[in-house]
Amino acid sequence: MDKAPTTFASAQVGDRLAEHVQGPITRTTLALFAGASNDYVPLHIDSDYARAAGMDDVFAHGMLSMAYLAQALTRWAPQDRLRRWSARFTAITPLHATVHCRGEVVEILEESGERLARLKIGAWTGEGLQTLDGEAMVALTDTSGTGT
Amino acid sequence: MVDVEAGFLKFFARATGETNPIYFDEDAARAAGHPSLPAPPTWLFSLALAAPARRGGVLDPDNGMGVDMRRILHGEQSFAYHRPIHAGDRLTLTTTTRDIYEKRGGALEFIVQDTRAVDGAGELCAEMSVVTVVRHG
Repeated sequence: MDKAPTTFASAQVGDRLAEHVQGPITRTTLALFAGASNDYVPLHIDSDYARAAGMDDVFAHGMLSMAYLAQALTRWAPQDRLRRWSARFTAITPLHATVHCRGEVVEILEESGERLARLKIGAWTGEGLQTLDGEAMVALTDTSGTGT
Repeated sequence: MVDVEAGFLKFFARATGETNPIYFDEDAARAAGHPSLPAPPTWLFSLALAAPARRGGVLDPDNGMGVDMRRILHGEQSFAYHRPIHAGDRLTLTTTTRDIYEKRGGALEFIVQDTRAVDGAGELCAEMSVVTVVRHG
């Protein structure tokens, strides 16, 4: 990292999340995630099925990478500050890939009486293929009154 | 109606390599001010899979669209949060198909579904949208 990530409460445009890396994604990872996330689509866990469907092999659930991206966000700000977020799945995450989650503050704005940071977020494989492209809105000021 | 179960949240934390103990250790969660384990940001997607809509599901061959599972890809996903969700909560999920459109002359079909999660007091806790891509041809 070229500079230490700042704390979210004093976020400024240009601040980056600490890169969050997970994987490599193994067949075991996919089997566990299928069971743990209630996603039993066999494209992710059964190589025979995946090949019959025209794929090279099983591939990772998009929601696995989105879960990793959520971890990148909740390492920066507590989850209850996350107002909304979205991602497009721009490429399949292949077996054995590592997942590199990154984010950058691109705007500070006011909305419904809250100061929010808008972040561009995404996930990339170790080879630099972008797999998720998204955006997150994180509240910078605590308006809940509970301090949590 | 679907229950947010602590055991499932712990399994999810383990399967996703989560190291923050508030997501798998009740003591750590309470020390951080949570009444019990918090549901992580993407959990509503898994809750919806655990409690599929009675009618209109994308993959449901009997009461839904009956799309061939081999042809689907997850296109887009979004979440919005209104109240925190924790282990022990019981939620009612309602899913609406908002749009179906095609691209590339029908080679790709996009199904947009919105899901709302409401708690026992009738309060909206979270919403999500799922875009499923169906590959034709």
